[in-house]
Amino acid sequence: MLTLEKRAQPSRAWSLMTPILAVVLTMIAGGIMFALLGKAPLEAIRTIFWDPIFGEFSFYYRPQILIKAGPLILIAIGLSLGFRAGIWNIGAEGQYIMGAIFGAGVGLAFYPADLWFIFPLMVLAGALGGILWAMIPALLKTKFGTNEILVSLMLVYVAEHILSAVSFGALRNPDGHGFPGSRNFQQYEAASNPEIIAGSGMHWGVITAFIAVIGAYILLNRHILGYQIRLTGQAPRAARFAGVRPNLLITFCLGASGALAGLAGLFEVAGPAGQISIDFNSGYGFTAIIVAFLGRLHPFGILLAGLLMALTYVGGDIAQSNLGLPAAAIQAFQGMLLFFLLGMDMLTNFRVRLKQAEAV
Amino acid sequence: MDLSQIDPILLITSIMVVSTPLLFAAIGEMVVEKAGVLNLGVEGMMIVGAIAGFAIAVESGSVIIGFVGAAVGGAILSLVFGILTQVFLANQVPAGLALTLFGLGLSALIGQPYAGIRPPQSTTLDVPLLSDLPVLGPILFQHDAMVYLSLFLVTATWWVLKHTKTGLIIKAVGENHEAAHALGYKVVKIRLLAIMFGGACAGLGGAYLSLIRVPQWTEGMTAGAGWIALAIVVFASWRPERVLLGAYLFGGIGALQLRLQAAGANIPVEYLSMSPYIVTIVVLVLISARKSNAGTAAPASLGKMFHATN
Repeated sequence: MLTLEKRAQPSRAWSLMTPILAVVLTMIAGGIMFALLGKAPLEAIRTIFWDPIFGEFSFYYRPQILIKAGPLILIAIGLSLGFRAGIWNIGAEGQYIMGAIFGAGVGLAFYPADLWFIFPLMVLAGALGGILWAMIPALLKTKFGTNEILVSLMLVYVAEHILSAVSFGALRNPDGHGFPGSRNFQQYEAASNPEIIAGSGMHWGVITAFIAVIGAYILLNRHILGYQIRLTGQAPRAARFAGVRPNLLITFCLGASGALAGLAGLFEVAGPAGQISIDFNSGYGFTAIIVAFLGRLHPFGILLAGLLMALTYVGGDIAQSNLGLPAAAIQAFQGMLLFFLLGMDMLTNFRVRLKQAEAV
Repeated sequence: MDLSQIDPILLITSIMVVSTPLLFAAIGEMVVEKAGVLNLGVEGMMIVGAIAGFAIAVESGSVIIGFVGAAVGGAILSLVFGILTQVFLANQVPAGLALTLFGLGLSALIGQPYAGIRPPQSTTLDVPLLSDLPVLGPILFQHDAMVYLSLFLVTATWWVLKHTKTGLIIKAVGENHEAAHALGYKVVKIRLLAIMFGGACAGLGGAYLSLIRVPQWTEGMTAGAGWIALAIVVFASWRPERVLLGAYLFGGIGALQLRLQAAGANIPVEYLSMSPYIVTIVVLVLISARKSNAGTAAPASLGKMFHATN
């Protein structure tokens, strides 16, 4: 009989292996899913994972990967801090939307002025919007002990309705012939977030994501706050004795993830998306949860996981146009990845032993 | 706005219809949590139930078979969560989230050919004389069978938890799984069954949306109903009669804001539409503020991992 034996320490080797194993298993299960949909499984897998990087049109797709990885990494880095300490902000999508609305609102207020400080100001406003939205669950959690999972999630729906209200109302393009949606930032230079090197996909959001990765690594390994986050996650009781103030930690983790999600929203709306519109958000806030776990809540892991998840988005788009694979298949595929990842985690924390069934 | 356009009897009957999906999902999740498991995948199981029920009803031409299929679909999906958390000992929070994310994707995938189709018609109760009663008729005797099933389910859950040995075992597993294990109860098996019950209920709730309330399939049509069901369980302090109250209260807000929209209220539609979510937050705050003095009613082993060492 197989039995599980708890490891005294999580295995480092398995900790590195499990994400890779999970990806492989997801490819197999995904292949079966594609086959059931009547698509050639190997071709679908190749289209998703190979073609964007090495295929014929990779010069076009490679920048796309960076564009999609930027917000995913940025949001996931913020989420990972809280997840490590058992603080579950799952409303990043809402903070992302509010960051975009705040930042875009500031930029549009200056239209058509051409001043150097407009874009930096928008960046600040974007972070602020995300922080304010994340402070609602933080405050309710610290003051009343209200569950942050449900509050942050409910606020996603509220933010979506606010987004639709402003695209039809306050931020609507006055020259837009009545169509919903704001002015396009790509045509307003002082407020736009263009590619820094043409054709690379590299914009300020991607650079901020890289900075966030390094910042989070330093925070977790070199700073007392990072130490407290790790301690709270591993031994909550010990953390309390060590003088960790839970309320401060909750406020910091939610605030930081809100700020990063807000920044991601602003960079997206001023750059690749171009304008505030009812559906400019594309679920990055939720996919980032998968990215955070796939990266094992480690900054560098998240960097790689973000790139991989961006690859499935870009590859999914190609598979959609070339093979007629439904867009939803990629979403199901990403969910499956999280399943396998969580299931495989057992190998990190437990040893599987073959044991003779005891005679009774 | 003309408030007199809102007919109180019509409002009450529509509250019952709007609340039924919430009631199904919430009573199921309450049993799961009573057994000590926190399944955040209600939204995912609901939406899969919605499309499974819809697709099966369309293909078979029978609403009843559709509902059965939805319950089975929800239960199968919840079993994925059950195996992950109970056998593979995964953390319940991310596993529940995974279920929701996967369910949303899977339902959109299955649902593609079904957009814009009308499901088979469902019949409503029609008792001679009783259904024609002036006020009580429409409120009590003119609903579809699922409304009555949901009410029956709440009563049955209350009775089982309160008056049967099965109920005691479920509660024992949820309050202290070590002790229940020591007494010889199969903690993992009981929890898996509870999880599947929750999945089947969520599936029924989702199918009620797509087959009766709307009735149509649209991507992401549950729009947070599963999450509101989770909030209702907290609101209800894990008690079936309060789950009923909570579901009708939350459903009531939803129904009322729809009526206000229809009556042409002077408030922008977006702000009315976000009201159920804001009210949910307010209620959660009120509940948690009250509970911080009086201790919590949550099952003691809720969300904790169980690993039998012997």
